Amino acid sequence: MSLLKTIETGLRSLLGHRLRSVLTTLGILFGVAAVIATVGIGQASSDSVTARITSLGTNLLTISAGSSVSAGVFGGAGSANTLTMSDVQGLQDKQSAPDIQAVAPVSQGRESIVSAAANWSTTVSGSTDGWLVTNTRTMGSGIFFSANDVATRAQVIVLGSTTASNLGAGVGDIVMVKQIPYQVIGVLAPTGSQGFGTQDDLGVVPITTAQDELFGGGVQRILLSATSAGTIGSAYLEANQILLQTHHLSDPSQADFTITTQTQVLSTASAVTQTLTILLASVAAISLLVGGIGVMNIMLVSVTERTSEIGLRKALGATPVDLFRQFVIEAGMLTALGGLLGVATGLAVGYVVPRAANIAVTITPLPVLVAVGVAVVVGLVFGVYPALRAARLAPIEALRAQ
Amino acid sequence: MPASDELIHLESITKVYGTGDGTVAALQDFSLSVASGESLAVMGPSGSGKSTLMNILGCLDTPTSGRYWFAGQDVSRLNETELAHVRNRRIGFVFQQFQLLPKLSAWRNVELPLLYRNVRDRRSLALQALEQVGLTNRVDHRPSQLSGGQQQRVAIARALVTNPDLILADEPTGNLDTASSRDVLAVIRELNEQGRTIIIITHDPEVAPVAKRTVHVRDGRLVEQVAA
Repeated sequence: MSLLKTIETGLRSLLGHRLRSVLTTLGILFGVAAVIATVGIGQASSDSVTARITSLGTNLLTISAGSSVSAGVFGGAGSANTLTMSDVQGLQDKQSAPDIQAVAPVSQGRESIVSAAANWSTTVSGSTDGWLVTNTRTMGSGIFFSANDVATRAQVIVLGSTTASNLGAGVGDIVMVKQIPYQVIGVLAPTGSQGFGTQDDLGVVPITTAQDELFGGGVQRILLSATSAGTIGSAYLEANQILLQTHHLSDPSQADFTITTQTQVLSTASAVTQTLTILLASVAAISLLVGGIGVMNIMLVSVTERTSEIGLRKALGATPVDLFRQFVIEAGMLTALGGLLGVATGLAVGYVVPRAANIAVTITPLPVLVAVGVAVVVGLVFGVYPALRAARLAPIEALRAQ
Repeated sequence: MPASDELIHLESITKVYGTGDGTVAALQDFSLSVASGESLAVMGPSGSGKSTLMNILGCLDTPTSGRYWFAGQDVSRLNETELAHVRNRRIGFVFQQFQLLPKLSAWRNVELPLLYRNVRDRRSLALQALEQVGLTNRVDHRPSQLSGGQQQRVAIARALVTNPDLILADEPTGNLDTASSRDVLAVIRELNEQGRTIIIITHDPEVAPVAKRTVHVRDGRLVEQVAA
């Protein structure tokens, strides 16, 4: 029998059992839709993490206190307070660190900022005038504090745009942190990033002022920016060399600090989101498999129900291959239909969820194609056994069944 | 070896069902030949082995031993696919239960055997076959919209449409009333008069006279041959 005629016969038989066909395709539908939606959500969150990290500037290096695992000894990153302002001065020396463009120490904590109008809790950082460059930020209004402000422990603060608007405070206003007044001298231009970890909700004060009045003497991290993306490697080596000197360490494996580049952070973050996406997609793939078993089940029912039809077709000259093809194609059509409906459902989820739940979904063609392809293959594979049963029926016995 | 005008030549056919101690011989040392253009009625009570004979004659089953030549070809050792081709090209079946597919119209049912040999113009061939059995005005009716006699005539059209060497009818009137039976038998007789070889399997003595020759099967053996 020609392929076209086989497909037509299959369609006829599926249409003859409309409700059953639709119910059978549901399993595949949900499987495909789930794969598309979960991969879409995973893709979107990975994109947004990447975008957020990239927006910090790819020239950025971060030095934190404590070592990572090195030579089998775990130093406990950030556990020891080993960074000091003299490290910062060493790194600012253009002679020994020509590839370091800007340096900014950071010590931060969560504080309540009180304005005339409101009370707002946010992250307050103590830093130096290098903060603006290392974080690749620009001012929206007013100015950032100067090296002189740091030296004189000025009582000044720069606010993020969200923080400023929540406090109802602008340039020139006075806000209180821990009952000490600070003058707002600038508001940062918004980055547009939203949700958890936004970079528009913060306050920055001179680190000297912060050490005196907020968090004490330490430096939690030092941010460095290399002169360009191409000099990150040499900036890394220079910073490492300087810190080993200022910490009086002769053996690099004993380093009590860790330098990370944005590229490292980026690859770690994308590895994490990728693992999550794979996990979610595997759960969805299992539902595809369950859908496939449903298809096999219904095809077995169909073979049993149509035993006498199979017998008749055999008597009229259908070969075992004809009948095998007939039933495999029917199963394939069931799952192809489920796959297409699943794509429609998946796309609908991708449209509705971002609007209803503020979760971003990025649908790319590849997972859609893979999901439909897998659905069709599942149908063909799970159709094989019922089709073999049909092909192997003895014509006389099949004819007798009625 | 069969003679040249023989369409069917059975030589010492034995068919045994079951294995080991529980074997039953449905046909024993059964020989028969049917000439081209002949009409034959095979009679016998139920359990006599006539259904087994019909399955072997129709290439639906293969004998345990013995040879079967059909139109000069030894078909007793063919595999399933080869047998399917012989059935499709050379044999037309008429069953007691009509065996029409309920969801297809009359002409779609008649078309079925042609689907398995990729013939063009299936519709016009099907309409010709329906005309031969006098159902020109019923081609788009479903089986449920037809009387029993009409359904059996659709089935005969389906058997005819491939222009087979043999039409094998298994109790063709078993489910029909007297008037419809007469109708269907008339169609079968006419086909034979046009030169087609006919074998009717029946237990009904009123059906047998439609054929020019009658043979009896009892306990798996050929017991008598009566020339009409």
